[in-house]
Amino acid sequence: MFDSSRTFTIQVPNLAQRCPALLYAILALGLNVVVGYAGLLDLGYAAFFAVGAYSVGILTTEFGWNFWATIPVAVAAAVLAGVIIGGPTLRLRSDYLAIVTLGFGEIVRISARNLQITGAASGITGIDQPWLFGWHIASPTDFYYVFLVLTIIAILVSVRLANSRLGRAWLYVRHDEDAAEAMGINRVRVKLAAYIIGAIYGSIGGAFFAVNFTAISPESFSFRQSTLFLMAVILGGMGKIPGVILGAFIVVLAPELLRDLGSLRLLIFAVGLLLIMLFRPSGIWPVRSR
Amino acid sequence: MADALLTLRAVTLGFAGNTVLQAVNFDVAAGSISSLIGPNGAGKTSLFNCITGFYKPQQGRIDFAGTALLPLKPFQVTRTGIARTFQNLRLFRQMSVLENVMSGQHCRTRSGALGAILHLPSQQREERQIRDRAAECLRFVGIAEEEWPREATTLAYGHQRRVEIARALATEPKLLLLDEPAAGLTKGEKQELIALIARIRDERQVAVLLIEHDTGLVMTISERVSVLDHGLMIAEGTPKEIQSNPRVIEAYLGVEDAEAALAL
Repeated sequence: MFDSSRTFTIQVPNLAQRCPALLYAILALGLNVVVGYAGLLDLGYAAFFAVGAYSVGILTTEFGWNFWATIPVAVAAAVLAGVIIGGPTLRLRSDYLAIVTLGFGEIVRISARNLQITGAASGITGIDQPWLFGWHIASPTDFYYVFLVLTIIAILVSVRLANSRLGRAWLYVRHDEDAAEAMGINRVRVKLAAYIIGAIYGSIGGAFFAVNFTAISPESFSFRQSTLFLMAVILGGMGKIPGVILGAFIVVLAPELLRDLGSLRLLIFAVGLLLIMLFRPSGIWPVRSR
Repeated sequence: MADALLTLRAVTLGFAGNTVLQAVNFDVAAGSISSLIGPNGAGKTSLFNCITGFYKPQQGRIDFAGTALLPLKPFQVTRTGIARTFQNLRLFRQMSVLENVMSGQHCRTRSGALGAILHLPSQQREERQIRDRAAECLRFVGIAEEEWPREATTLAYGHQRRVEIARALATEPKLLLLDEPAAGLTKGEKQELIALIARIRDERQVAVLLIEHDTGLVMTISERVSVLDHGLMIAEGTPKEIQSNPRVIEAYLGVEDAEAALAL
């Protein structure tokens, strides 16, 4: 299942490998808002990643847009998708969300595979790498710094949200929906906010993924991708920012580090994951003490 | 009642053929302390749930300070100025005492994600307001400052009850509904609770309606007592009237135990 030639972790060592790790960290932080903070099980998070990537891919190659101009469109598309999927579903109890998001993830992938504008099965190639004030962001090192900055922003935003009125409301709703509602909290609205913020993280991650790899295809956004994001969040520890980043790094780097073991590495990785889930169900990162 | 803050008219609630409340009429006056009593299963908590929007009665109407409550969702009811506590403590786990009480201020503030991400001045001001008001409510109910950072569910039981009242007060209500606030309290804590309820009304001008099984406590602090039995409102009056009402004695207290139960 972890055949890495089919995931988008590229096989070159060094900086380029750390890029997907940072990209995973950004996406895991976004999914953490949904799963860790608001307690909503999202099984189709790769869909928002795809929305961002395809927005950039289509607008830059088909319509000749500048990459930076496509980002607001990518964000708007993710918000719209979030409202359409989350709006009706979040009124129901949370198990329904898992099923609907699972379906949504597949719909996005299958649509991308069959639509002309998304390049069908072969996807979109030749996406231009962006310029920033005369700096052509092209080499793995360039992208490493870009993803580093994005990760820092993603952490900062997560921390500030967690320590805000909205961040506390997510916890109230997660712990006790009825008591939260009795305190005057609109649970649907609060959950929708988490879902949309998660969508924005995913979409921005997807946008930079598209220009980093210059080519995207539907298989980059499979259900397995969604489960890897979710694994990063759960492995490190839901709701804990350092844990989630650690989880993302493990999910990306562990199969690579175990490469010398040949075909055994996937087995060892899987057993390691199971052991962590069994013995540290709240994640690797220690539970905060007060 | 001319100055009724809350009025219920012909409220009827049933679940799958079982009638829980039958055409209940009920008033709460502004600034009053009143109690709702009745045997277990009489429908007292169901009545609270109808007022707060958790249950939707099939018939009747409920008005609060000129607003019809029945179309509203629970969070909207809270915004109109009704706060509640729960029969079984329902503090938010893994959160501090202060964070728990801060939840009450949610409905009186508005800043969202953008304000939080950018640390806008209006958001910072609101955060201070939320903290200050929560702190004020905690001081009011008598929870010492060194307990504020503690995880709420690790506090002594009686203190958790008071934190729950503080959390309800933080919503800035005009009416406070307390569901069995004295359950599990010691004699001394009950005396403190009586004093606290009186202060809530006298110092904050908040009307209090409580469901309570401790008859002594009910008769001590209530100005009006209403008796619910099998979903029917069978009596309403001052504690003295209720104590001598034969229907109440028969239905609620049990005929043979009446003398004992009313010997306060």
